[in-house]
Amino acid sequence: MKSGQASSVEVTQAHLDRIAAVDGDVHAFLHVDTEGALAQARAVDDKRAAGEQLAPLAGVPLALKDVLTQEGVPTTAGSKILEGWKPPYDATVVQRLKAAGIVILGKTNMDEFAMGSSTENSAYGTTHNPWDLSRIPGGSGGGSSAAISAYEAPLAIGTDTGGSIRQPGAFTGTVGVKPTYGGTSRYGLIALASSLDTPGPCARTTLDAALLHEAIAGYDPMDSTSINQPVPAVVEAARNGDVSGLRIGVVKELGGEGYQPGVEARFHEAVELLTKLGAEVVEVSCPHFEYALPAYYLILPSEASSNLAKFDAMRYGLRVGDDGTNSAEKVTSLSREAGFGAEVKRRIILGTHALSSGYYDAYYGQAQKVRTLIARDFAKAYEQVDVLVSPATPTTAFAIGDRIDDPIAMYKNDLCTIPSNLAGNAAASFPCGLADEDGMPVGFHVMAPVMRDDLCYTVGAALESALAEQWGGVLMTKAPELEVTR
Amino acid sequence: MTAAVLEINDALTQFDPVMGLEVHVELNTRSKMFCGCPTEFGAPPNTQTCPVCLGLPGALPVVNARGVESAIKIGLALNCEIAEWCRFARKNYFYPDMPKNFQTSQYDEPIAFNGWTEVVVDGETYRIEIERAHMEEDTGKSTHIGGATGRIHGADHSLVDYNRAGIPLIEIVTKTIEVPGDKAAAVARAYVSMLRDLLLALDVSDVRMDQGSLRCDANVSLKPRGSSVLGTRTETKNVNSFRSVERAITYEITRQAAVLTSGGKVLQETRHWHEDTGITTSGREKSDADDYRYFPEPDLVPVAPSREWVEELRATLPEAPSVRRARLQEEWGFTDLEMRDVINGNALEPIVATVELGVTPAAAKKWWLGELARSANESGQDLDALGVGPAQVAEVQKLVDDGALNDKLARQVFEGLLAGEGSPAEIIEKRGLALVSDDSALLDAIDRAIAANPDVVEKVNSGKPAAAGALIGAVMKDMRGQADAAKVRQLLNQKLGI
Repeated sequence: MKSGQASSVEVTQAHLDRIAAVDGDVHAFLHVDTEGALAQARAVDDKRAAGEQLAPLAGVPLALKDVLTQEGVPTTAGSKILEGWKPPYDATVVQRLKAAGIVILGKTNMDEFAMGSSTENSAYGTTHNPWDLSRIPGGSGGGSSAAISAYEAPLAIGTDTGGSIRQPGAFTGTVGVKPTYGGTSRYGLIALASSLDTPGPCARTTLDAALLHEAIAGYDPMDSTSINQPVPAVVEAARNGDVSGLRIGVVKELGGEGYQPGVEARFHEAVELLTKLGAEVVEVSCPHFEYALPAYYLILPSEASSNLAKFDAMRYGLRVGDDGTNSAEKVTSLSREAGFGAEVKRRIILGTHALSSGYYDAYYGQAQKVRTLIARDFAKAYEQVDVLVSPATPTTAFAIGDRIDDPIAMYKNDLCTIPSNLAGNAAASFPCGLADEDGMPVGFHVMAPVMRDDLCYTVGAALESALAEQWGGVLMTKAPELEVTR
Repeated sequence: MTAAVLEINDALTQFDPVMGLEVHVELNTRSKMFCGCPTEFGAPPNTQTCPVCLGLPGALPVVNARGVESAIKIGLALNCEIAEWCRFARKNYFYPDMPKNFQTSQYDEPIAFNGWTEVVVDGETYRIEIERAHMEEDTGKSTHIGGATGRIHGADHSLVDYNRAGIPLIEIVTKTIEVPGDKAAAVARAYVSMLRDLLLALDVSDVRMDQGSLRCDANVSLKPRGSSVLGTRTETKNVNSFRSVERAITYEITRQAAVLTSGGKVLQETRHWHEDTGITTSGREKSDADDYRYFPEPDLVPVAPSREWVEELRATLPEAPSVRRARLQEEWGFTDLEMRDVINGNALEPIVATVELGVTPAAAKKWWLGELARSANESGQDLDALGVGPAQVAEVQKLVDDGALNDKLARQVFEGLLAGEGSPAEIIEKRGLALVSDDSALLDAIDRAIAANPDVVEKVNSGKPAAAGALIGAVMKDMRGQADAAKVRQLLNQKLGI
């Protein structure tokens, strides 16, 4: 676009055409804002024609996870209870995307209220993994990651509460970054668990992710938990990618039993590569990580049960049974019965119980203590090393329907990603090859201290360029051509 | 439905009341507690709202620093400790006028705690221990349409106004108050009244009880005389005048006493106060099982007021009302009884303002308590709503000092002022109230008095000069009070040669 070879309108239209061609099979999008996107693209083209200085990603199209509010555009968080709701305001992230001239193509599919690891919990149907349409794309941000791996958009925004950017990133062979908690604004992000939720970039390359990261990150006075510090130098790190002398810690507890051999093989090869590039690799122990999953599954539903209380059918969204004979309580209960899916109800009940008097100390209080211990594990580890690494997920993308009836098996998918959310650290997943068993992508997970997001990009960029030498390009070029059926 | 009650004196011979008072104060910050919306009272419904105070999906709260400042000032004025670190919590419950279905409040980590204050009732000082003062947000306001009573029960639909949702509140909670039973209700009233003065002096709230910016929940329980076992308490909600606080507590004492003496059990419940009938009725039954599922508000970072800031705020605190009163009483030379009349007549501030304009405290008190407070009482108005201010009182008093008016005429000027007849000068002109200082007119009147009262003149002449008073009275009557009595006495004495 900068060199004048294509206009933003042309690029945007090309992606809209691709969506029209493949999204019937992939189902990455819940809403495509054709007119809005083209109007934004035209505005950028006009500015460029007028010789205005534009931000690096101006005119580039993007897919937005349906959990961030965009003024006048349907926003559902993957739930029936918000069907048809058009927010009257933009999330801070969306404001910043617009200010950077980034064109928003539409809203992407997700597990309902971001609860899930497969995007099978969406009230609007499952998203399919473009690498193998019979498999899940990961969750909860399956739509965003699938959109970029299906070339429906070059960039996407996800949100990561327990791995919802990184896990689908790993499953679709794309880059997914969970910035430091508070590094990106939550204002306008429909809350799942307030103390964990973090918006972040999804892209096909490390540099793209860094550019998008830079566009959306930074202090926001509208979010009390936002960190008032300069954005880490992520773009510079992604361009540089020099890991010589970098101390990398392999987390002992994140590997071994339960991990797919193909995943472990690719992970260890990647660690080898980094060693060859001059990184210093040691094994590090984080003994409390084994309690991360149970702690997470107490904290998350507790906060969620309170955050979702506002969906009472009184002011917006779905309203069932309002026929003049039912009380307000009855209308609320009928609307919730119809509007919330099974997983959402499960977690509301769990969280309500965990917070109730007499149980608070045993559950929520205890989980918060575990959270502190995990943060200490990280702090201690970072005394020895600059970053920690692990596989992003224990397995590659599994088949649709495989784990939907086994919540615990589903929850275990986020084993590697959850500790970073509990501690508020930066973390990212980068593609590191395909598993031998199934030919599906494997994610390499990098965890960095708070506000050292740049270190994730340094490792990602080093790995990406080393692997590109082996593969003759980025991993995505190995993805099979989508067989378009509709 | 009126419950049986005991006579208050009978109740108090058998039981000792125990009280706890929770006062909610709306702060007068320009914007709401967690967003930038204005807080003006009386705006059209739902015009002062935004995604944050409407609790729209995705919206987040941010703490209003002015709200925290006000909370600290209130805490300091109530001799509380100010937390070095405190947090907001979510109080989860469902209510249609609460947009998020949780209230952002403070729970186990309030900003101010462990304080005390004092109130004076009938010359006795009572110490009230303060448990805590914490920050929270107000809810919206529901209007129930279609029912006979305006309550939700029987209504066919309800309208909700969210303008009030998110307005900063401070809740001030006392520890249990145990004072002699016959003083309990009066102490409660004095406490709320003292709080109002304090909050006004701090300039943190408008404290308009009629607009609900100060609301009192009164917890009352009875324990049998001589027992140390606490009884079951009731919580009478939203009592919103000083007088009602006193009446509601008295009523609850008499009602609970009747229940207990007839062998019944007091239910733990919230009760509604009815201003018109002077009784409380059962609200919802409240048990200890009420589960608000409190947990620290994850959308807000903790509040950690620096010690420097707290000390700066302490330095800005105005003189405490009780200290100020003692000082003024001393300066003015009023007796305890006089001062109490001033306070009870709500005349302290007008008198201060009038004295500042050069009027003596005694004269200022005379007019404010004599003429103006009486008139306010008769018309059921507040003193400051009468339309007569300190400047006018000072103006009238100056005319008295200059000899242009006497007290009797001055009273008529006040009558005119209260009736809105214009400025003092205009009223004197219109009503013809000026003192007659023309000697010849006075001498004529004296002649008429002497001529009409030969018996009095004879008494005076026979060596009883005191009898001349009757002649002065006659002259004053003849002059319709518009004569300077001293001058009349002087001229009359000359005339009679005494």
